[in-house]
Amino acid sequence: MLEVEGLKLYYKTLKGHVKAVDDVSFDVNDGELLGLAGESGCGKSTLGNGLILLKPPMNYFGGMVQLDHTQLPIDDFERMNDFRFSKLSIIPQYAMDALNPTRKIGVYIREVLQSRGIDPESIMDKLLERLKFVNLPERVLKMYPIELSGGMKQRMVMVMSTLLNPSLLIADEVTSALDVSSQKAVCLMIKGFKDAGIVKSLIFITHDISVLYQIADRIMIMYAGKVAEIGKTQQIASNPVHPYTKMLMFSLPEVGIRYAHGILSGIPGQPPQLLNPPTGCLFKERCPLRGKECDEEPPVVNVEEGHIAYCWKVTQNA
Amino acid sequence: MKKYLGTKILVYILTFVFAVTLDWLIPRFMPGNPILVLVSRFSGLPESARVMYSYLTKAFGLDQPLWSQYVNFWIALFKGDLGISIYLYPRPVLEVLKMAIPYSLGLMIPSILLSWIVGNNLGAIAARRKRLDSIMLPIMYFITGAPYLWLGMLLAYFLGVVWDIFPIAGAYSFSLRPHLSWLFVGDFLKHWILPFLSLFIVQIGGWAIGMRNMVIYELENNYVRYLETLGVKRKLIRKYAFRNAILPQVTGLALQLGTVIAGQVTTEVVFSYPGIGYILTQGILNQDYFLIQGCFLFIIIGVLIANFTVDLVYMALDPRIRFSYGGEV
Ligand SMILES: Nc1ncnc2c1ncn2[C@@H]1O[C@H](COP(=O)(O)OP(=O)(O)OP(=O)(O)O)[C@@H](O)[C@H]1O
Ligand code: SF4
Ligand SMILES: [Mg+2]
Repeated sequence: MLEVEGLKLYYKTLKGHVKAVDDVSFDVNDGELLGLAGESGCGKSTLGNGLILLKPPMNYFGGMVQLDHTQLPIDDFERMNDFRFSKLSIIPQYAMDALNPTRKIGVYIREVLQSRGIDPESIMDKLLERLKFVNLPERVLKMYPIELSGGMKQRMVMVMSTLLNPSLLIADEVTSALDVSSQKAVCLMIKGFKDAGIVKSLIFITHDISVLYQIADRIMIMYAGKVAEIGKTQQIASNPVHPYTKMLMFSLPEVGIRYAHGILSGIPGQPPQLLNPPTGCLFKERCPLRGKECDEEPPVVNVEEGHIAYCWKVTQNA
Repeated sequence: MKKYLGTKILVYILTFVFAVTLDWLIPRFMPGNPILVLVSRFSGLPESARVMYSYLTKAFGLDQPLWSQYVNFWIALFKGDLGISIYLYPRPVLEVLKMAIPYSLGLMIPSILLSWIVGNNLGAIAARRKRLDSIMLPIMYFITGAPYLWLGMLLAYFLGVVWDIFPIAGAYSFSLRPHLSWLFVGDFLKHWILPFLSLFIVQIGGWAIGMRNMVIYELENNYVRYLETLGVKRKLIRKYAFRNAILPQVTGLALQLGTVIAGQVTTEVVFSYPGIGYILTQGILNQDYFLIQGCFLFIIIGVLIANFTVDLVYMALDPRIRFSYGGEV
């Protein structure tokens, strides 16, 4: 179980702070898959990376993260090593070049395990079983990454990241580089990790909400570094309340489209700069419901059981 | 992989033929007439000069049509006959070069290898120690940026003249003949140290800077990020980054070794060290075309062998090369 409270992750740049994750709170229960959606640049990867590998230029500006009721020292690079891999892992957005190109995959896995003080032999059976799980032949262990297709490399990273049965798995844009048919297979594999009890909680990052309808238990929508709306998949799908979520879904054609730019062509205007962003609701420039109060930070509204939104114009039980 | 090697070898053979053909063209299309130069060195009487001219023209085969000269050139080449040196007449060019080669190699190989090893290690250390880096980098840039001639002269001036620790010219004292004895070896080393040191110093900067940049680049790479998310020890990351960063340095090394034969012409001239580079300048000064031709031939062979070695070494070290040419992916 993951609990995040008021997390702030800013990039320090020469021009100032880029508030890529600003005061974000949410949780993921055991046995739950949380879908994280939002357009490109809204801070999804920053959030995912920040939980496991927080290093410059990304900086910690406050907030608390608890995993299985233990506080994660996310801004302490060295101490986090005790949690990485064993307690939480990521399938990064760059999964297709996440492996060392000059090491055979089997050798690579062995060296990584040894470096973590784990006897590779003790995990061999599990490794082979997991390869089967993601449909990779055993002989990939004798190959170099260059011999694998992009999709195979990604599945290899999936195996690697889940090898120690972490409590939390973060999957960042695993579908965006794949063709439609493999997208579905990979989504089901990821969900499978949770269903098989290999990982307890899952954060599935994507900019394609339609993917989430099929696999997510709950969905969190982010906009410009902040949470816009969180709710059960059913609630978000049938009763979106935040103006941004509504527009996002309204602009979504029947058959899922894949790119954020495509989705947003339906929403006029541009997301705000995350470098010194304006005050108040960050969506106000594009929001048809904008009112005077929107120049102030929007409140969190409890729409219904398990469904919240950050907006002035949303009312309870709307 | 066999196909890759086969193609490579073919390319090398073609390159060799092309380069040697150019080499053959040099004396024939350069201004001046080598035979005239030779004749003018020996004869005073115009009558005997004419006789000698026609004799030498025949002897060098220059009276034949160009195409048969070209064929003869290749035949002679395979027999190891590179002609007669004009400046050191009548010594065969091959013999002159054979004498010079050990000096060139003895100077260049140790300086290249040692500067490569030391430079790479310095660079790799600098890449991860900010403090050291900020001191070392400017020094290294200064060393590589400084003109070699200036550096060589500086060394010669201080170590050779002012403090008079090392001799500054020749490969051994005039009073000695090359032979195997402690006396000679010691004398040889004494003469060797200055040109060696100058070469070592100028090269070390380039290697160190290159390695530093490569390691930093590797450490920014995605595979390093991923390793970090797996919480591995810094040691493993360093090992991977070093191994991957050294690959382009290996290419650089082999290419550098290719220039061995050419020698550092400047070094050999500054320190009057009798290697191929020195011989080459002497050949040019004396319009000794056959000698120049011979020098270039050795240089061509050296560069090609070095390049071929790079290809082999690279294939062994980098799976990306192996597979992208294997046609299996
Ligand atoms: N290294 C960095 N330095 C400065 N700003 C950065 C850096 N990395 C990301 N950002 C900024 O932070 C914001 C969030 O980036 P992030 O990668 O988290 O977005 P994302 O939602 O994952 O987008 P995508 O869907 O394109 O992956 C963006 O505005 C981006 O410009
Ligand atoms: S707070 Fe105001 S501007 Fe922001 S989404 Fe709600 S209504 Fe629109
Ligand atoms: Mg991203």
